[in-house]
Amino acid sequence: MNNNAEAYWRANVSLIIKLLVVWFTVPFLGGIVFVDTFNQFNLGGYPLGFWIAQQGSIYLFVVLIFYYAKKMSDLDDQYEAEE
Amino acid sequence: MELQTLTYIVVGFTFALYIGIAIWARAGSTKEFYVAGGGIHPIANGMATGADWMSAASFISMAGLIGFSYQGYGGSVFLMGWTGGFVLLATCLAPYLRKYGKYTVPEFIGDRYYSNAARVVAVICLIVASITYVIGQMKGIGVAFSRFLETSYEAGLTAGMVIVFIYAVLGGMKGITYTQIAQYVVLIFAYTIPAIFISLSLTGNPIPQLGLGSSLLSDGTYVLDKLNQVVTELGFAEYTTSTRGSTLNMFVYTMSLMIGTAGLPHVIIRFFTVPSVKGARQSAGWALVFIAILYTTAPAVAAMARLNLMSTIEPTPGVYLEYDQRPQWFKNWETTGLLQFKDKNGDGAIQYSADKETNEMVKIDNDILVLANPEIARLPNWVIALVAAGGLAAALSTAAGLLLAISSAISHDLLKGIFRPNISEKAELRASRIAMSFTVLLAGYLGFNPPDFAAGTVALAFGLAASSIFPALMMGIFYKRMNTQGAIAGMLSGLGVTLFYVFQHKGIMFIQSTSFLGDMSPNWFLGIEPNAFGAVGALINFIVAFAVCKVTAAPPQKVQDLVDYIRAPHGEGTAVNH
Repeated sequence: MNNNAEAYWRANVSLIIKLLVVWFTVPFLGGIVFVDTFNQFNLGGYPLGFWIAQQGSIYLFVVLIFYYAKKMSDLDDQYEAEE
Repeated sequence: MELQTLTYIVVGFTFALYIGIAIWARAGSTKEFYVAGGGIHPIANGMATGADWMSAASFISMAGLIGFSYQGYGGSVFLMGWTGGFVLLATCLAPYLRKYGKYTVPEFIGDRYYSNAARVVAVICLIVASITYVIGQMKGIGVAFSRFLETSYEAGLTAGMVIVFIYAVLGGMKGITYTQIAQYVVLIFAYTIPAIFISLSLTGNPIPQLGLGSSLLSDGTYVLDKLNQVVTELGFAEYTTSTRGSTLNMFVYTMSLMIGTAGLPHVIIRFFTVPSVKGARQSAGWALVFIAILYTTAPAVAAMARLNLMSTIEPTPGVYLEYDQRPQWFKNWETTGLLQFKDKNGDGAIQYSADKETNEMVKIDNDILVLANPEIARLPNWVIALVAAGGLAAALSTAAGLLLAISSAISHDLLKGIFRPNISEKAELRASRIAMSFTVLLAGYLGFNPPDFAAGTVALAFGLAASSIFPALMMGIFYKRMNTQGAIAGMLSGLGVTLFYVFQHKGIMFIQSTSFLGDMSPNWFLGIEPNAFGAVGALINFIVAFAVCKVTAAPPQKVQDLVDYIRAPHGEGTAVNH
């Protein structure tokens, strides 16, 4: 693997790790472990923790995937320019 | 128009559409049969993936599971679990497997671990997971027919099989993809229209996702506050906070469904049909958009339909509905046996409560919630007809995706990959059609004679995918040093532990008398229910694989180059020639 490809892969892995930290934190901590704490706040008629578990997490997942697709597409172009 | 005539017309129209698409999208090559030629637009593939993923269980049962069995908040495990897996798929699996550019999941495992044994283990996991899953779809088809079209279960199942047979055998992945797009459109309208009406009538807000957080038109309290109040008065757990088992159980359950989703082969192979790696990433995003439309609507349907049902039975606290005065939908669903009333205190009124002794609603089936929803909300007949077509679309599209995964594992991995590597393309295409025909017949047979274990099988499918397939794929991509010995030891131990746990509580092959610990929560390991055990199996898979890998030889240079190849951007599909 040449240096370029290695840098590309490292950038990809570090991006994935960042996104997976968010992917884990919001549903598992906000929607499950600390749900009672978040339920003390409200979002309209939703208790916040309940909203995270039944609505918010799903919207977040969509955003995470498109963010990843966009970032990687930029990274692909950048890598290609350096080839 | 008469409801039944209308239902026949709507369902008949959708079936004609699917057959028309099948004739238009015939497969002429193995590439078209296995991966639809590899040229499907990412948005179109996202829509097809949505239909592929959303099964009879998502469409018919999920809202009822959330609203009744899991008592509200507990149902969040399905909502987060069945969507969160797509993030893993989009970042950790789909792009690299697409880059590799082959046709099946076992094929990648066989090449990456340079071993036919690994490939065979993967084929077995795939077939067991997919067949257990397909039985549920077949049952869904038979049930939807018999309820809405008043045919017998067998006649309905036969009609469904004929339709799947035509477009799956003729068109392979190509035919399946285009019909799935049509099926997505049918099922999403069928799901959201009743939800919009019910949200509008309760809250005045046409968007169910917002309606669930709004206040009721009737007395101005928030929907969820009202629901909490109504259910706790009857002795049920509070809707917004009742967990499913312990917090740890919720946590592990959600994680298992996420990993299982990412590891299910029939979902993964959908990403082989897009033109590029970039397309695979975007397509995963679009798939989740299309899935999220239904999944964010489901909690609103669950809460609002439960509220409607309860206020029908008990209009004001302490005043119960007279049994003679029950509405027409109540009578209709009583005849199906899904709704049962028993007048225990003989007062002629319906008392519904959490107390088993005095509760007179002795049965409220989960499936009622979605199926009877339009009737409870007094929607026009064409909406009810549409729900029938939507349920069938959800079951058919998932069944077809599963059947393709099974038949390509047989014709491509076993026949071409292992037994007859020199088979010509034409012969392989014929073989894949024959394999597909047999798979449809087998699924139909299992639909006619559902084995005793059918009810417990979803746990098995997700458990297998999570504990065997997902870790093997992920380590194959992200850990270059992983070798044959590690991968096989990992897959077998993950699989073994998961199966052992499920069987010891649910019975060997789900025969209850052979369950030596019983399905009782005191015996559960750390309070984790068998359905939720896949994540533990996956963890064991990873640990065993790393341990074995450390003490055995590194994979050959050729395989390490292969890993470099799938990690690098661009150049997809050209380097690997079939």
